[in-house]
Amino acid sequence: MIKYIIKRLLLAIPVLLGVSIIVFLIMRVFSADPAPVVLGQHATAEAMEAWREANGLNDPLIVQYFNFLFGALHGDLGESYYTHTSVTAELMSRFPATIELALVAIVIATVVGIALGVVSAVHKNTVIDGVSMIFALIGVSMPIFWSGVLLIILFAGVLHVLPSSGRIDPLLQPVGGTGLYLVDTLLSGDIEAFVDAARHIVLPALALSLYSMAVITRMTRSSMLDTLNEDYVRTARAKGLRRGRVNKHHALRNAMLPITTVVGLQLGSLLGGAMLTETVFAWPGIGKYVVDCILKSDFPVIQGAVLLIGVIFTIINLVVDVIYAYLDPRIKYSKEEG
Amino acid sequence: MILVAELINDTAMLQEQEPAPSSVPPESPDAERSSAKPESLWKDMWYSLTQNKPAMVSLFFILLLVVIAIVTAVVPQVLPYDPYQQDLSQSFQAPSAAHWFGTDQQGRDIFSRVLVGTQISLTVGLLSMSISLVVGVALGAIAGYKGGVVDTVIMRVMDMMLAIPSILLAIAFMAALGQGIDKAIVAIGLVSIPEYARIVRSQILSVKQSDYVAAARVIGDTDAVIIFRHVLPNVLPSIIVRATLGISGAILDAAALGFLGLGVQPPAAEWGDMLGRGRNYIFQAPYAMIFPGLAITVTVLAFNLLGDGIRDALDPKARKR
Repeated sequence: MIKYIIKRLLLAIPVLLGVSIIVFLIMRVFSADPAPVVLGQHATAEAMEAWREANGLNDPLIVQYFNFLFGALHGDLGESYYTHTSVTAELMSRFPATIELALVAIVIATVVGIALGVVSAVHKNTVIDGVSMIFALIGVSMPIFWSGVLLIILFAGVLHVLPSSGRIDPLLQPVGGTGLYLVDTLLSGDIEAFVDAARHIVLPALALSLYSMAVITRMTRSSMLDTLNEDYVRTARAKGLRRGRVNKHHALRNAMLPITTVVGLQLGSLLGGAMLTETVFAWPGIGKYVVDCILKSDFPVIQGAVLLIGVIFTIINLVVDVIYAYLDPRIKYSKEEG
Repeated sequence: MILVAELINDTAMLQEQEPAPSSVPPESPDAERSSAKPESLWKDMWYSLTQNKPAMVSLFFILLLVVIAIVTAVVPQVLPYDPYQQDLSQSFQAPSAAHWFGTDQQGRDIFSRVLVGTQISLTVGLLSMSISLVVGVALGAIAGYKGGVVDTVIMRVMDMMLAIPSILLAIAFMAALGQGIDKAIVAIGLVSIPEYARIVRSQILSVKQSDYVAAARVIGDTDAVIIFRHVLPNVLPSIIVRATLGISGAILDAAALGFLGLGVQPPAAEWGDMLGRGRNYIFQAPYAMIFPGLAITVTVLAFNLLGDGIRDALDPKARKR
């Protein structure tokens, strides 16, 4: 197992280097000169030249890339063109908000998705199956930001039961800690703040989870249908075990393998979807920050954020691979032999 | 020598009767007796597809969208209102008999703008899918067929692109390239290339081992002929399924870019852009966001259902279920 993990870790290095090259190419080679955008159309040519020089944009591309790479390896992603604050610090201060949102969303998506998928498979071709399959189809077809809008209109506009934006009431905001408000408020025993944070996260997390929930539902259903047809399930039923027990202990347990992979991959794609959800709900995470910076051509921020999310995405894929190999020893051995 | 002669013989036979793709089910006696006996993979697929109601309804709906897009582009007079004409006195009128979907902040008729929006959404969907299809299939075919260093280099680059969530990659491209629907098409097309490349490569790796490809090589066909005449036609079914689903993905991505303000330039009507502009008036005029979103969802749903239908029609195993 250790050997397999080390091998996968080594394989991730070229991928991460590649991500840094792609990000660099997009931001420094394909993009237009940021000087007129940052300094304004009326800036003199000399001012723009001085600005480019100061920001290292006149260096040869290869030098620029290695500066960027060495900086990134040391945790320095450069400075924002506008605020001159450290991009790393800005991203890190917003990172917990995005992670908290993505984690709550993946928990909702996994719990509801697996439940719906199992019920659908067990009651195949019934009304319940039909309804949850229609739900899954609509789930993958709805734009993430539109489901967010509908939730806001319904729960904040019509029913007035949940807040439509923000992360917590500023007066209740916890200081220090992990930055994950649900965890921090719970640890400090501040129930009022916890409830407020929970009320704020429900809608964005639900909106963000819908797509993944639909994908997990479909995957669980088809995976369960496969295992329900296996001989060992028939044997268990023939032994006289109750249907619920067979479904849970024999069918679902074996169906979990592909489901685990899908859940892992969805967690990665949630980070992409968070860009949109955060914008809709004014959620103060990385996504909203990046979108704000894109409209201002603040390239170091975009570059740093894309790199950060690429790194997390790669790590998640790595972890999923390792979990998969742990759950299914056949994979580990076949790869080690090959 | 005898072996080569046998192979050449086999090849001649194979060339006479097009190689049967592996996904064609063996014909059962029942099928032979049936008067509607499928004659080719495509006729067989079409027959199965016509039996799938959701897929047929979706196909009909997509054709309707195409008609709407063409008609509103050629004869814009058919629209109830000019979709670009501002009239601030009509700002935010709720849906009524006069304005079915209401009006937006500039007093423009949302129904007319949703109809005109089909032009951009379908164009972006088709064009960006075509970009990723052509480039992805070419790269995947070269990687799978050539193998070795070429394969490693191409597929590692694809892995690197896949290491960034596609919508984020598209957003980064747009941030660099600047606003504009043409750039959105390129950005969305580029980010989906790896998926096609991976599908085509893995299919080609399995097709490459088949006898008819070996036979084609024996009779001296060039690599290009083998790829285009023998290998790609057999990979086509999975590409078609991916492409249909790819259109829906591209429409969703385009809407996301539009929503973030990275898509079309005003006053163009694009569904995602309309949604994004309605955001500040969400409680005042929810209809300004509901109807464009509904248009995106229904269109994407139709392409998804059609894609699922085509996949089931091409996969005999799924059909039996």
